[in-house]
Parts: sequence; C-alpha cells; structure tokens
Amino acid sequence: MSEGLNRLTIAEARRLLSAREISAHELTRACLDRIAALEPSLNAFVTVCEREALEQADAADRRLAAGGAPALCGIPLAIKDIFATRGVRTTCASRILADFVPAYDATVIARLRSEGAVFLGKTNMDEFAMGSSTENSAFGPTPNPYNRERVAGGSSGGSAAAVAAAECLGALGTDTGGSIREPAAFCGVVGLKPTYSRVSRYGVIAYASSLDQVGPFAKCVTDAAIMLRVLAGIDPRDATCTARPVPDYEQALGAGVKGLRIGVPHEFFVEGMQPEVEAAVRGALDHYRSLGAETVAVSLPHTGYAIACYYLIATAEASANLARYDGVRYGLRGAAGDLLALYCRSRAAGFGAEVKRRIMLGTFALSAGYYDAYYLKAQKVRTLIRADFERAFAQCDVIVAPTAPTTAFRIGEKIADPLQMYLSDIFTISVNLAGLPAMVLPCGYDGDGLPIGLQLIAPAFGEQRMLQVADALERSGRVERREPAI
Amino acid sequence: MTAGYEAVIGLEVHAQLLTRSKLFCGCSTAFGAPANENVCPVCLGMPGVLPVLNRRAVELAVRVGLAAHCEIAQHSIFARKSYFYPDLPKGYQISQYELPVCRGGFIDLPADGGEAPQRVRLVRIHLEEDAGKNIHGAEASLVDFNRSGVPLLEIVSEPDIRSAPAAVSYLQELRALLLYLDASDVRMEEGSFRCDVNVSVRRAGSETLGVKAEIKNLNSFRFVEKAIGYEIARQIGELEAGRRVSQETMLFDPEREVTRPMRSKELAHDYRYFPEPDLPPLEIPGPLLEEIRVAMPELPAERRARYVTEGLSGYEAAVLTRDRGLADYYEATASGLRNRKSAANWVMTEVLRVVNETGRSLAKAVPSPAETGRLLAMVEGGTVSLNGAKNAFQAMCRTQQGAEATVAELGLTQVSDDAKIAEACDRVLAAEAQRVAEYRGGRDKLFGFFVGQVMKAMGGRANPRLVNEVLKRKLGEGA
Repeated sequence: MSEGLNRLTIAEARRLLSAREISAHELTRACLDRIAALEPSLNAFVTVCEREALEQADAADRRLAAGGAPALCGIPLAIKDIFATRGVRTTCASRILADFVPAYDATVIARLRSEGAVFLGKTNMDEFAMGSSTENSAFGPTPNPYNRERVAGGSSGGSAAAVAAAECLGALGTDTGGSIREPAAFCGVVGLKPTYSRVSRYGVIAYASSLDQVGPFAKCVTDAAIMLRVLAGIDPRDATCTARPVPDYEQALGAGVKGLRIGVPHEFFVEGMQPEVEAAVRGALDHYRSLGAETVAVSLPHTGYAIACYYLIATAEASANLARYDGVRYGLRGAAGDLLALYCRSRAAGFGAEVKRRIMLGTFALSAGYYDAYYLKAQKVRTLIRADFERAFAQCDVIVAPTAPTTAFRIGEKIADPLQMYLSDIFTISVNLAGLPAMVLPCGYDGDGLPIGLQLIAPAFGEQRMLQVADALERSGRVERREPAI
Repeated sequence: MTAGYEAVIGLEVHAQLLTRSKLFCGCSTAFGAPANENVCPVCLGMPGVLPVLNRRAVELAVRVGLAAHCEIAQHSIFARKSYFYPDLPKGYQISQYELPVCRGGFIDLPADGGEAPQRVRLVRIHLEEDAGKNIHGAEASLVDFNRSGVPLLEIVSEPDIRSAPAAVSYLQELRALLLYLDASDVRMEEGSFRCDVNVSVRRAGSETLGVKAEIKNLNSFRFVEKAIGYEIARQIGELEAGRRVSQETMLFDPEREVTRPMRSKELAHDYRYFPEPDLPPLEIPGPLLEEIRVAMPELPAERRARYVTEGLSGYEAAVLTRDRGLADYYEATASGLRNRKSAANWVMTEVLRVVNETGRSLAKAVPSPAETGRLLAMVEGGTVSLNGAKNAFQAMCRTQQGAEATVAELGLTQVSDDAKIAEACDRVLAAEAQRVAEYRGGRDKLFGFFVGQVMKAMGGRANPRLVNEVLKRKLGEGA
C-alpha cells in the first residue's frame, strides 16, 4: 500500500499519520523505494541512510501511536549535505570532507530529530555551496528531474531535485546568494530563504557567514510554512540568531491578497532574459491583480552592483571560513612533508576549482592595501542595497520578481565560464545582501516543459505575509503543477 | 646605559582571564588537564560551529579597563586574524582590531626607590582567544587544544618606558592590578601572563623614535629585564659602530641570555583582518557598565594612598600593596592592634622572610593573620618581648600552633609584675653593693650591668622597660 505515498505533501501525510491511516514506516519505505529506483542516476543524494531512516520511522510510529506527536513526526526529509549530522558523514560535496563524520548535530538537525522527523539521507550540492548548478560537486552533477540534460540548479540542487522527484516529502537547503531559490525555480518546487538570523546556522558548514541562511524545500506553500516553524527560533549556540518569537506561519495562509500592494522592481526585468520567464512572471502579476492586489512600480537602483558586491563579501568570508580545512585535525590530508607541504597538498587535492577560485578572490580582497578598495567598498554598497529595499518596502508589502533570467540551463553550458554562471544569481543575490526573506514557487513552464519560478521578497521578518501571498497564487489553481515524467 | 642614549620601550602583555569556561564555548579553562581533554567542536574548529561570547570575560575586561582609566567602548567589534598554524584550529584567531573594548588609559608606577612616580599610558586593551599548543617530538608534532579558545586580554602600552627596571615595575603593577581585580591569576609559569617587548634607542634629547625591535616569548620578569638590557646594549652597539638598527622580531634565548632574530619566514604575515561575521557587535550598555563599576574592588594605588594616610611610609605602602594577598594579610593582622606600623614592619620582615625562605604561598608559609595579630597584641601588651615574639613566630610557622600556646610552651611570657621585678632588683643591688656605690659615685655606665643582672636573675623573661624603670627608681632612692 506504500505505493505512491512518497508523492504526498507534508500536510497530507501529517493528517494520514495522525489518523494512523498510514505508518511512518511505510511512508519512509515508499521514499526509500523511490530513491532506490532513481538513484544513482538522478544523483540527488550523496549518502542514503536507509537503516537509520527506518529506525527513525519506527520510533516515530511509536510516538504517533502514543498521540500528541509534533508536526513533523514521521515525515521523511532529505538533508543538504552541508548540515552536520551526528554519526552520518557530512561532505559538503567536497573531497576534503569526503570521509568526515561529525560528532555533533546542527541545531536545525537536532530540532528535527526531537520532532521525530525521518532523515532519508544527505543531498548533493555545489562544493561548499559555491555554485548555481550542482555541477561543482565532488560527487558529480545532479541533473534536473524534468530534463536530465539540464542542471537542477544550485547550490542546493540535490534537495530541490529530491523534492521534485518525490524522493522525499521535503528537504533542507541553504541559501547564500540564491542557493535555495534558484534550484527551487529550476525544479518547480517551493523554496524559502528566511530572514537572516531567523534560523540557526550552528552546524551548517559555513560558506559566507553574513549571508548563509537555512530554509526548506517543499512541494507546496503550506509545507514550507510547516517546516519553517520548526526550523526557526533562538539558539544559544548561534550569537547571530534572533530571539524574536516564531509565529505560526500556517495561520497566515488562506487570507488572500485583497488590498495588498505588490512591488514590481523594473531592474529585475532585464535585457536578455528568457521571454517565457518574463511572460510567466508578468502573468502571475496580472493574476494577483485579479485576486484584488494592487501592483506598484518600485525601484532598486543598486541592483546592478549586487553581484560584484556579493563576490567580494562572500569570498572574503569564505577565504577565512575554509582556512580550517588544513589536513591537520580531520578531513583529507596530503602526503606528509614539512608543514607548508602538508597545507598545500591537502588543500590542492581537497578543494575543487571553483572553491579554490573563491578562496583566492577572497584572500585578495582582504589583503593589505586592497581591503579598503574591495571589502570595505563592498560593505558600503551592501548598505546601499539594503537601503534600496527599505525605500521600496515603504511603498509595498511584498516584492514580486523573477528568480533567474532563464529556466534550467544545460549541464556543462556555463561551467567553463564562471561569470556567466554568476549571472544566474542576478535576481537572488541582493536579497541575501539585504538579509531579507524571499521564497520561490512555480508560476509556469517554458516551451520545453521546464519550470519557471516566481520570487517573492518581503521585509525583514515578513515571512508570514510572504507565505500568505505565495499561498494565494497556489490556492487559486492558476498554476497546475506538472510532476516530472520519471 | 651608555651615556648619550635613551631607550624607548613599549610592552604588549597577554593575560589569561580568570573565567571558568573558554571565550567562545563552554569548555573548562583549567590548567594541567590531560592533552585534548578540555575541548569541544567549537574550540577544535570543526565544520559549521559558531562562537558565542563569554559574558564573564567581557566583565573582567571592562573591570581591567576601568582600573586602568581606559575609555570603555560601549560598542566594540571582533575581528578575524588569519594565519595558518597547526595550533590555530580555525585558521584564524578571533580577536579585536578596529574598535577594541578599551582604549587609552594609563598605569601609574609606584614611586618607590626614590624615583619620581611615572605614568605609562596605554594604547588599548582588547579581548582575544588563545591558540593551542604544538608539542614537537622526534617522530611527529602533536597539538594540544586545551588552551585553544582560552580568553586573553591583550594590554598594549605606549612607548613610555625608558629602562628595563621600569619595564619590570610596570609589569609588577599590572600583575598586582590583575590580581586585585580577580581578572587573572597571573601565573607566568603556566603561560597565563606573557609579554612581548618593543625596544628602540635614540640619542638623548631626540624626539624622533629609533627603529624598534620586537622581542617575543618572554615568560618571566627576569627574562624581560635581561632581554631589554641585552637589546638596548645591542642596539647602542650597532649605532656606535656606525650601523643601523633594522626592524626585526627577536626571540629571547633564556639559556644564553641573548636575543636573536626570528627567521623572516616565521613572520611574513598579512593577517587579513576583517570583522567577525559570526559575532554581533559587543554592546556594553550604560547600566551594565555601572554595575561593573560599582562592584570594583579597591585598587593598589587607592590602597597605597590609604596606607599612607594611616601612617605608613610610601615605601611600606608600595611593598605591601604589590600583592593583594600580602596587603590583605597585613590588614587582617593589624586590625586589632594599636600600632599599624609595627604590623606593617612585621609583615614586611618576618612574614616575607618566611615566604621567601620556604618558597611557599602566603597561606601555607605563615600562620593566619589572626594568630599573627594575637602574637603582636602580646608584644603590645608587654606579655612577650619583640625578640621572644620573633622566636615564637618561627615556631608557629613550623607547628601551626596558636600564639598563646607557643609563647607559653617556649616559656617566652614576659614578667611584668612590679613586685617580682622589684624583689629581683633588690636582690641584685644588695649583692652588688660595691658597684652600687660606684654607680652612685658617677659611673653611669654601670646601669646596663644592673639591668643585665636583673634579667639574668629572672631568666630573661622580665619586661625590660619595667626593669629599667624600677632600677632607675631604686638606684636614685639611695643617692
């Protein structure tokens, strides 16, 4: 009877689990069967934890039987391989951590564990979350479930693909410059990047500390709301994590958009974007008007500087964050020699090309004599970008924009041209620089049947309003979700 | 110093703060644990971990800053200082760079030894974490991370110091301050108080600074003094020989008592400081600052001033306050006595002698201040002589017996009974009629002889003041 259970949403599964109409075991079994059928060719997973998942499912069934189990009890999830998971290898898709087994859980993992969630395994990603296509993985690329010749997006491509292919009910990702939103758009699922500081980063392998944020991938807006409520909240282990109370995000759903003002930034509709993408986004805006929302033109004048600003700040932070992978205490160790040789060999063999490129960029940006011109200037630009959004949100409740200029591009198409690759994040990066919440949901498909994602951006801690607006579009039934044909 | 030159010295002190847990995690700071016992994912720099600032360390830093008259920054930030070394698990040290927690301030050196009081200005005081410790063996090098993440205070002076002894005096004063504040246990041998020295020399009267050398790795006051002395002489030698001093980082070799340059490879660092994104700015709101200010203990300089108003000399006040424990001991000893000065003398001579001779701590070497006070009260009351008390004190240090019991046991109780003394005097004078006559005839010198005879007759236990009085009276009577 477990056939097809993997296609359930979290909301549906939660109802069936608490009614004891299905068991967590059979739900997990259905996901594991789906994974077995699709892997390794989909390559969404770096590590599958079948035994552990079934044990967790059985434990969840006992809690469910006792009654009063929490929201995610027995729900099978996929975890981006950037989250430290106690006893389960955590690679960050890097050779340097290929055999690293943490002795500790990330805070969000601990939260999900205590909720009784089931961990199916660790998903593929761009190495250290550096990339927009999951091609920069030491374990090979994750193709797009809608078209195996296309990328899944990145860096959280494995999580997006796993949700799209119904290998799990939901997944965890991280978003530093668009790493949840772009793959969610490419894979036709819902992805949410919360306000910076809303979710603990403890145990999340750092790429760029002032930009990294944890968020959910889900099959629908309601599921994203359910997951976010569990993920969010104060953490004594993360000094940058906010103490603001966590609202019940589900309550905001169903309220509609009547009377809301939706901002449309003209800077996000650029020359050269795929016409079908623009058409789908404009179509969604028309639909919002038909649902009673007002659209207003807003301007984010410093958008053009966001990519340059991001690649200075993110790489500067990364250059320090990745210094700990030195072959001394854990991870890949190069052949012995003197100390310098140990460092050079370990890092040369352990890191991929894109990671090395970003470490060098960041090291350069922080070097004596260049700091003011690069890092400091980038911080000033960041302040201007933040101010752009503040001004825009004086005129509107949420901003609606495209997620990426195109739908999923071909595997190999941009890998040799880093600058082209960087441009795929042109609409997502400024949100991280401003620390704002944003989410993506499907708003159509292009001529090749590839999904198009609509991006919603809200003021800081405006997740409820953002979810409400996303839910209105989904609930209206305008966008019929097409499952990938696999 | 060679005539015609002046040394210009600035010190950078690293003091370990006396917190129970590390600066950014909950691990113990206890010294002497087995290697890699006091560690966790955070202080091992495991992937994904984050620092959380220790509130107590901040309070202690502010305390020290207030005591050193610094401006306390209500808003300061942490920075990453990047370099690769096996004892540095994250590949960067979390420190403060721009916007340290304390800026400016000064330390006044006590005016002992007849020198004029001297003020050493401070540049800054900031918080940072310690690194681990590399242990090099023949086969391999090992790393002990117990010290990794231990909170340090870096205290940077202006180049206001002009001699090696003044540098030591500054360090002693700083040490006393940290001890008074319970901010550090200042154990140099355990590495909880370390010092880097910047030294340059210039022609006397010159306003421009010479080229400085930095001496690292100084872990005792004696080494600081030796290293500075050697370095000053070396630099003057260079200049006298017509050469230039080059800007160098030196290591002190305690065996040969010389400084030698570090290999340039050891110091070609660009630390690439930038603000630590994992820690929000450190805000010290007014009420917290006030709370810390109110809880400040009395400081050495304040104590010194009070002792002088209580009748001690500047020298005595300086010696007693150098160590908070000694000053506390003195105060507890003197509390029940009429004469505080005699208590001060006693602590500075008898107590310090025993401490120095035994090499033990104050608490272990000598009786409690209450017992010492009781002994001195017996001297004040005439029950025991000063010499008797010294003997009793030595015995008390060995036996840990109380003052009264020791004095009684050693038979040191002084006879202050007028009748008994008069009786002994009468007997002596009667037996020495000849000399009495000579005395009365003008041989005043014989008085001492009579005193000696009476003391002898009373087994040395008579109160000498009373013997003198009674003899004077009796010898005068018959004249």
